[in-house]
This record gives sequence, C-alpha cells and structure tokens, in this order.
Amino acid sequence: MRVRVVLVSVVAVAVVAVAVWFAWSRSEPVVPAGPATMRMITTEQYANTIRYLFGEDIDLSSSRFPLLPRKDGLVALGATAAAMTPSTLDMFHRAARSIAAQVVDTAHRSLLLPCRPDSIATADDRCAREFLSRTGRILFRRPLDSGELDTYVGIAGRAAVDRHDFYEGVAYALAGMMTSPKFIFITDSKAARLSLFLWDALPDDELLSATQSGALDDARGLRAQVDRMLASPRLEQGMRALFSDLLRFQDFESVTKDAVIYPAFTFEASRAVHEQTLRMMVDHLLVRQGDYRELFTTNRIFVNRALGLIYGTSVPVEAAGDEWIAQRVSDSRSAGVLTAVSFLAAHSHPGRSSPTQRGKALRESFLCQKVPDPPPTVDFSVFENLAGKLTARARLQAHAVNPACKGCHLLTDPVGLAFENFDGAGQFRVSEHGAAIDTRSQFDGQPIADISELGRAIAADPALTACFTRRLFAYAVGHDPGTAEQEWLIWMEGRFAAHGYRLKEFLQEMTASKAFSEVGK
Amino acid sequence: MSRRFDRRTVLRGMLGGGAITVGLPFLECFLDDNGAALANGLPIPTRFGTWFWGLGTNKEQSTPLQVGPGYDIRGELEPLRPVKQHINVFSRFATRTDGRPNFVHHSGVGILRCGQAPTDSKTLPNETIDVTVSDAIGGASRFRSLETTATGDRSHSYSARGPNAVNPPEVSAVAFYQRVYGPEFQDPNSPTFTPNPELMLRKSVLSAVLEDSSRLNRTLGSADRARLDEYFTSLRGMEQRLELMLQKPPPAEACYRPRPAAKDVEEGTNWDLVAARHEALADILVAALACNQTRVFNMIYSWAGANTTRAGLPTTHHTLTHEEARNAQGYQETHSWFVQRAMQSWANFVSRLASIREGAGTLLDNTLVYAHSEHDNAQMHGLDGIPVMTAGRAGGRIRTNIHFEGPDKPATQIGLSLMRAMNLNVGTWGYGSMATSEVVPGLLA
Repeated sequence: MRVRVVLVSVVAVAVVAVAVWFAWSRSEPVVPAGPATMRMITTEQYANTIRYLFGEDIDLSSSRFPLLPRKDGLVALGATAAAMTPSTLDMFHRAARSIAAQVVDTAHRSLLLPCRPDSIATADDRCAREFLSRTGRILFRRPLDSGELDTYVGIAGRAAVDRHDFYEGVAYALAGMMTSPKFIFITDSKAARLSLFLWDALPDDELLSATQSGALDDARGLRAQVDRMLASPRLEQGMRALFSDLLRFQDFESVTKDAVIYPAFTFEASRAVHEQTLRMMVDHLLVRQGDYRELFTTNRIFVNRALGLIYGTSVPVEAAGDEWIAQRVSDSRSAGVLTAVSFLAAHSHPGRSSPTQRGKALRESFLCQKVPDPPPTVDFSVFENLAGKLTARARLQAHAVNPACKGCHLLTDPVGLAFENFDGAGQFRVSEHGAAIDTRSQFDGQPIADISELGRAIAADPALTACFTRRLFAYAVGHDPGTAEQEWLIWMEGRFAAHGYRLKEFLQEMTASKAFSEVGK
Repeated sequence: MSRRFDRRTVLRGMLGGGAITVGLPFLECFLDDNGAALANGLPIPTRFGTWFWGLGTNKEQSTPLQVGPGYDIRGELEPLRPVKQHINVFSRFATRTDGRPNFVHHSGVGILRCGQAPTDSKTLPNETIDVTVSDAIGGASRFRSLETTATGDRSHSYSARGPNAVNPPEVSAVAFYQRVYGPEFQDPNSPTFTPNPELMLRKSVLSAVLEDSSRLNRTLGSADRARLDEYFTSLRGMEQRLELMLQKPPPAEACYRPRPAAKDVEEGTNWDLVAARHEALADILVAALACNQTRVFNMIYSWAGANTTRAGLPTTHHTLTHEEARNAQGYQETHSWFVQRAMQSWANFVSRLASIREGAGTLLDNTLVYAHSEHDNAQMHGLDGIPVMTAGRAGGRIRTNIHFEGPDKPATQIGLSLMRAMNLNVGTWGYGSMATSEVVPGLLA
C-alpha cells in the first residue's frame, strides 16, 4: 500500500515537473493584436488619479459616477463599451468644477500650482501655461500639443479677466480639461494598460516619461517601470480594484439581511464585508506573497468589531470600529475567501442560505464556468409547501428529482451544500430549524465531507488557475480572449505555475509578454 | 420621510392615499388652440414620466371586471380608489418576444419601453420611450430628464439611449435636492432676473472643449466613434441648457421649493424603507416638475424581480412569487401584500401630482405617467397581459378613468398613443410583430 502511494506521488511529481519544464522552455505563442479599446474612466480610477495629482485632502464626494456594466464577467470590460448620456456628462462636469475650485482655493493654490502669477487679479498666461501643461499631460496621458495648450490657456485668460481673478481662470480651464473626452475616455496604450492594470489609475509622470523617451518599448526599460510600479504602495489600490472586479463586489454594493432573522448582521457589518475579503487577499497575495491556490484553504482572516459578532469571536473592546485584527479560525471551518462573509452573505437570501447561489457564484467567479439561467417556463409549484422541510438539503431535493431542473442544479446544488454550515449571514451553525446539517456533498464527482475539503478540492482544480489567468489577461488588455489566444493563455498559465502561483511574479510575466504590449490599432 | 404640516400638506391630503384634495376640474374652455395656457397666456408645459414596479400583480384579484369608462376597483388595486378618476388600466395587451428568449424579469421591460424584446438579459435593445420623448421636449428645461429609484441601488435605471448608455438614477434624496434646488436653482417666479455671468463662462468653456476634441473622432473604430458622438451630443445639450439658464425662465405659478431632505433613508430593502425612499424622492421630483426644471422623469419603485423584503420573511418578494402556494381563491397572498404596497406608493405618487394646482387644473392634468411592471403571473414569468396603467391627462390630450382591454393587440399601441399624446410625430413604433401604427382606440381625447 505504502509503495503504491509513493509510486503515485513520484509519478505525480514527475508529471508536474515535465509540465512546468515544458511551459518554461516554450517561447511565447504569437497572438494577433486585440481590438483597440476606449475605456470610460471609472469612479476609482478617477479618484486615484486626482489624489496622485492633487493630494489626499481633495474632497471627492461629488465624484461618484454611474456604475459601469459588467461584460464577460468584468466591469473592466464593460468600461470599453459604456457610452455617455447627458446626465452622466453632467456628473463629470460637476465633479470637475468641484475639484478645480478646491485646487485653486487659498488652502491649496500655493502647493498645487508650480508658479505664482504676476498679478492675482488678472490673467497670467505664463503661469497658467506652466500649470496646465503639467496637469494636462497627466489628464490626457501625453504632452499637450501647442494648439491644445493655447485653447486651455485661452480659457484661463478670458475667465481671469472676466472674473478679475487669475485662480478662478485656472479653475475654469482645469474643469474644462476634466470634462474633455480626452480625459474621460482612455484610449489604449501600453502605459495606460500598465497603469490601469497595476494601479487602477492613469499613468504617472515617470511612466509617461518612459513612454516619451522610448524606454517602454525596450524590454529592460519596461521591466524597470513594472518593477517600480510593483514596489509602489499604489500597487495595493490597483490589486484591490482587480480583486473587487473578480469578486463582483459592484453587484453587491449593499448586502442587507433581515434584521429579525440575523440580528448580528448589522449595518456596520454589511459595510465591512468587502473590506474583510480585500484584506485577506492583500495579506495573502501581496504581503505574504502566497500561492494563489491557498487563498481557498487559508484559515487566516481579518475581523473588526462589527464582524466579530458574526464570527462569535470577541474582538478587544479597545479595537475601534475601523481596526482590524488578524485571527485564525478552525481549519475545519474555513476555506479562505469562500468562507469570507462577503461571499457567503452575498450569495444567499435575506433570511436563509442558498446552496444554489453559492454553487453558481463559485463556478462563475473562480472557475470561469457559466451556469445557465433557469428556463423561464420552469414550474415552480414543486417548491410550494416547503413545510416540514427543515434544511436546505431537504428543500433542494426537488431540484434533483425534477428532470427540467436537474441538469443545471447538479452544477450548483451539490457543491453548494458543502457551505451549509454557514447561514445566510455567514454565521457558523450545525443545525437549521433544529435539524442537524449534513454537509456531505460532491464536487465534480469527488466526495466532499465539509467546507474545508471543498476548499482543498477547488485549490487543486486546474480550472482555478486557468480562470485566474484568463480574467487577469482580459482585465489587463480590455478584451475577452478569443480562440486565437487559447494557446497563449495555456502558456501564460504555465508561467504562473512556474512561479509557484505567486501574484507579483505573475504580474511581471504578464506585463512583459508580447500579448500585453500588443496594442490594437 | 418628511413630516410637515404646512399649507401644502393639507392641500395634498394625507400621504397614504386617504383623503385627497383634487384641484378644480379641468375645463377645456380655458385652453387655447394649442393646448393648455396659463392666465398670462403662456402655454403650460406637458410633462411625461414613467413609474415602474416589479413582479406585476395577481390579476385574478386585481384586473377590473368591467371594461370601458368608470371601471371597478378591486383587490390589489384598492389603494388606487381615491385617484381612480386619473388612472387608466390596460389589460390583456400582447408583449411578444418574436422568437427571442424570454429573459426573465427583463424582456417585458424591453418590449414596453423599447418596442422590442431585448437580445440579452442585462441591456435594453434601443432607446427607451422616455428618451424619445425627452429628445423631443426635454431641451427646453434645465434637466433633460430626471431619473430616481427608491430601491437604493445605483444600477437601477430603465432609461437608456442604447444598450450601453443608461441614464444614471438618483438614489439619495439629499443629493437629489442639492442637484435641483442647490445654488444653481433659479426661481422662475423671482421678480428680478440677473443672468449669472459664471454660466456664460462655463458655456464658453464647453464650446472650447467641444472644438478642441472634435478631431478625436478620426482615429477611432466605428463603435468608439459612435460612443464619442454620444459624448458630443451630451456636451451640446449641456451647452444649450446653459444658454437657457442665461434667459429669464418663464414663470411657473405652481413652483415651490420642497423641504430639503435632512438625511437619507437608511440602506435596506425592507418595504417600509423602499416606501419612505419613494416618498422622499417623489417630494423633490414633483416640485421639480412644478418648477419646470424638467419635463421628463423616471421613477422606479421596485426593480424587476424585486428584492423587496418584509421583516421576518426569510426570502425576498421575488423568491416568494416562485415559492408561495396559491390560496383557495387562486392567488398568492404574501405576493399580493407586496403588490398592494407598490400600489399604495403609486397612488401616493399620483395624488401628489394631483395636489399641485396649476392653471385651471392640477399638475397631474398637465402630466402623463406611464406605469408598468415586467411580468404577468410572476411565478411563471408570464408575458401576456403585463399590467400597464397611465395617470394624468397630458394637458387634455388623454382620456382617463377607463379600463382598456387589448385582447392580443400589441402593447406598443399604448406607447405609441402616449407619444402621440405628447405631440410627437411618430408614425409607427415597435419592431417585428410589435410594430404598430395604431393607437389604443378611445384613449386619445
């Protein structure tokens, strides 16, 4: 028996080694350039760019733009299709005016403008030009040509004369720039891709300089920029945006629960669930540089006071409302991000769990599998009269026996039942309505005893890392990869494997690839 | 919800649709040839809006039994009794998908607002009816249209210029008040008017931006060029509205400033929060109509497949429509309870409009509201006879207090009739088997 186990292990190691070697040794498959994209700037990208330009204390409360649609699983792809409406442009213009007014107010002008006007009461083209050319270069992601600069300096001048105030003039010009489609719509470029991907912001001064000098077209120059960006604290904001998009947080902006059924799921708790998951991911993937697959097995979680109620763990009273404490939960009760409250609660009903929703979300968010929607004419009468059916397993039995439901629900329900130790608010439980919960289930044919076994099975599933590779690439380049890119994706996943599925190395590999740099025309 | 007891509240009557005060009967002899006119000779603008609620009704106990004028109110429509004289009910009109899938809780919206079934489960296939109307009449007011949703969800809007151009809704009454009645509000009845020089400057900035960016177009693919065109259209619209604000606004005798919302209703989907949010938003919206700040609006009470809840129920209204057994009378009682809450809010909305006196009648007389849901028989995702209603007389161009029965006539007849009532020159509306050039007989006055 032992000999057999050893033999199996040796073979397994050999297979992995060969696969890794194969992937390592192969050169990058050639892919056609993807379509040229034009993305509408998101609320977060806007905020990150404004903070970079003008500092943290600019009030961005008026800069909350409409939610962009999700396309092929990602909002980043929806941004390439989102179009303008009068009300949306109104919002951009209002935000621009509010920010411009703050930039030139007495508290900020001396810090944020690189020069002082000869007279504060009238136009000063020299100083306006200096400020607008610097700022415009970041906003438009390239140096302004002389015609453009004349336009905006002209606005500043006319307004300054009209209002007898140099700074007001500058504010009008800045608001104009920030209302321009040259700022709001981001046309594709290598620098824009890098910066949106890694920082969720427009390119900074140094990256633009690297573009202008041609350094970005050279492998070493590109690598230097990528390494600089990976080492920057701004990487965390970029990765938070990526994780939020992958986990579809936008679709669950406000998860609310029935206060009678789940009193522990307070308003404060609902505000904390996304942050909890993001902290776990940042800690595991960036701080500890862990294996992506272990995100589904880790038992290290972050808890604040509001979430402490849900975990039934006491968080020290000294911990203020926004303080987070790292904790370990029992191994048998955890499956990393799958047992984060954000996942458990978002994919549930307001007052009960939903194995179906959880199974569907698991497959769609992490494995890139599509679970079909129920047919419109499905006969729901089988769900009437649930009296006496105390557990979800008993209630969902109808799916398993009804031929019209069975096909799709086999994809969702068995795997979803492994989550049943967690109620609709993400609280651990062993019984429902007094009946013991049985979490035995299966995932694609493998028997699963409980949630931690499910976490291990997901971590070992090849679809997990293939999906992550695919989504990251789509997020980075702004289009969903097609059949011509399949071979490339397999190759890139090999690179991911070769680096032990560590995120930073993966980002290096992806940004260094030809496919990433291939900007469509 | 605002609680105030001033002259207007008394006029408006009790919220909750109890006793309401209706303006004087609208007398056509007061109108000139072109429609309604004020005592000072200026025409009263006609407004258009939509009101949406999710999951339909239990028609077994809501559809009036009598067809034609003076129909009967029963069951779930009971809250509408006090405002029935302003309302038309449409039953058994057809909403066909023409071979496209029935995208549940979505296709019905597309057919009723766009004239054809959507091709995916998320987007609308073409511009919605409110956008068509606002393109015709919305240019003459400060806002082209105003969108609000009581669900608290910023993605909930059924007003779109196309699949990827959705008009974003207001979810916060505090922010909505600021947008309409903030520092830029110009009281149309103010005796003095000084054009704000800042508006002139802003307009010149926008013109410069437009000129500067007009060359962008040349380097883009066709889809992105179209997106840029949407941008330019929006920018020109913004310029025109600034131009408008540089002129003295025509007086609006019904204009009043609503009380600012002190704070927003807390987040949540419980029905009472939704109802309170609806009242708070309607408070500002109705005033904005009275002050001619917009002529087109969209209000969403609950989303299609509504996730509205009631304390203690483990699931949402939507899940209930699928799981609740029918009672001895053949309908779903808890579902019905939720429908009645929606109808109560709808009645409140109508009575609010009717409580504002304008010209010889009321604001409601000069408004046309298109209200509908997305399914008939939500349990089975039925599309036949999706409940539709209208409220208001569109300045005397619509008859009210009538129950129209389609049998199998395309529901687009309703939309077409409403556009004609708004004076739009639309010959046919809808696509495929939903295309129609016929109006609902007897609806237009």
